[in-house]
Amino acid sequence: MEQQRGVFSSRVGLAFLTPALFFVVVFLLFPFVWIFYLSFTNQTLTGASALSPSFVGLENYARLFDFDRWARAGEFGSALWITIQFVLGSALLGQAVVGLTIAWAFYRRKGLLREIVFTLAVLAWIIPDVVVAFAWSAFLDYEQGTLNAILGALGLGRPDWLFRYPLISIILFNTWRGSAFSILLFSSALETIPPSYVETADVVGASAWQKFRDILFPLLRGHILTDLILITLWTFNVFTPYLLTGGGPTFKTEVVSIYIYRTAFKFFEFGKGGAIAVVVMLINLTLAMGYLAMLRRQKASA
Amino acid sequence: MNRYESPLARVGIVLFTMLAASFFALPLLWLATAPFDARVNLTVHIPAELTLDNFRAVFQNSFAVRALLVNNLIIAGGAMLTVATVATLASYGLSRTRIPGRDILVYVLILFSSVVGGTAAMVPLFLLAYHLGLVDTHIGVILVMSGGLLPSAIFIMRDFVDTIPRSYEEAALVFGASPLHIFRDIAFPLVRPGVAVVAIWAFVNAWGAFLIPVVLLRSPHNMPASVALYSFYSEAGTPVHTLVAAYAFLYTIPVLVLYLIVNWRFGFRFFGGIKR
Repeated sequence: MEQQRGVFSSRVGLAFLTPALFFVVVFLLFPFVWIFYLSFTNQTLTGASALSPSFVGLENYARLFDFDRWARAGEFGSALWITIQFVLGSALLGQAVVGLTIAWAFYRRKGLLREIVFTLAVLAWIIPDVVVAFAWSAFLDYEQGTLNAILGALGLGRPDWLFRYPLISIILFNTWRGSAFSILLFSSALETIPPSYVETADVVGASAWQKFRDILFPLLRGHILTDLILITLWTFNVFTPYLLTGGGPTFKTEVVSIYIYRTAFKFFEFGKGGAIAVVVMLINLTLAMGYLAMLRRQKASA
Repeated sequence: MNRYESPLARVGIVLFTMLAASFFALPLLWLATAPFDARVNLTVHIPAELTLDNFRAVFQNSFAVRALLVNNLIIAGGAMLTVATVATLASYGLSRTRIPGRDILVYVLILFSSVVGGTAAMVPLFLLAYHLGLVDTHIGVILVMSGGLLPSAIFIMRDFVDTIPRSYEEAALVFGASPLHIFRDIAFPLVRPGVAVVAIWAFVNAWGAFLIPVVLLRSPHNMPASVALYSFYSEAGTPVHTLVAAYAFLYTIPVLVLYLIVNWRFGFRFFGGIKR
């Protein structure tokens, strides 16, 4: 977008921005810096190390990366591996694919059918966390849940979802929960594509798949990149599975956000919690930088 | 948009709609009937015996009622006012001054807030609130939430601010109006739809929040509805299904109403920078 002319001097602009800067510095930048410091201390909530935490060097990190233990259930390596599967499954394969499919299916369509699907997806997205978690625990219930009632009626078996397939359960749950964002983003993006591009293809009789692959997909690449990075970062940090499974059974759904919560706010080991948070934030930061670099390359080549 | 469509494509899209609609609706359906059901049953069905007793029982739990009608309104209302005010000022300032690289700035801010989000940031945020004496206060919850919501709010708001014409403002400037006057009397009335969207968006987010209040609040009389929902669980941690469902139903109504308002007034869509 071209830089538009300014109405005010930059001093006035800064005055308008000051309250926002205050929030960004105090509630985003400061925690980010502080957590690095914390991760090198033995800060706790109560006891002697609460008042005067001492510097412990890399001890917290050594405990995280203790490779004899770290792959065991409930340890850092295991939580990281579960998170990677969770992000790949529910963000990339789940939300992005569901979002793109639905946006594409209703491309150049208005009306009731589109309205129904979009409204239901948005409801799944905006209803409070604890409510959807509760609804899903009823939905997935082994004996009486609606899902098993349907599967049973179709003769497809009635698995005990949260016990036998806990990770698949939270992947399904998070796909359901978050797809609306990708649906809305992709359908807005599709609307910016001039209809004439596709109408020409209609005339020569291109198939729906050919139109998608050769016309829409290349034009959407930037938006797909934007979508993927945002939902990846959000899924990395999402805490809602805790409300459905509590991280169990036996830590099988303990993603890193739950692992941090357990370490810091159940055992009150802020130092170790800080170290996990640093590692997670560094992973996220790397992903975000990689994305910005890709976006710049995309823009340069466009 | 009246293009020819083969009957096969028509059938296809109807089937697809049914599939997608069931995927999104099925997990929620039970929540629409269970609150009115006299008997507990987790399968979706039409209740054999309709009742309002569950709601009556919910209203006898004074802790949960206070959470919903007092604490939730304070927290969501406070976050709404803070986020709408600060985001409007900021996006207006960004839009009306020449700040080099401001487009990338907002992008970086969104990314950064996504990186420093979730439980990772809760450790220092808790300690920050602790040292400022804000633990177990609604102000603390409102401030921490607002900090997290602001970057996206500015992103949404820019969409609206950038579309209002600046010629009135420039004319007023020539006649010597102060920037604050120009903002209040000229820009703000024009950008009101954007303020409404951002305000509702912040309200809904704060209304449903669980993690921040549960970490920052201590005493039961300060807790919001997301925590109070668990007061309908037995000591052993199993939910009293009919009561939880009734409370969840009440808790969800404001979100549904606000969604309908936004959809009716502005058309729910992707607000933000899809115009690259």
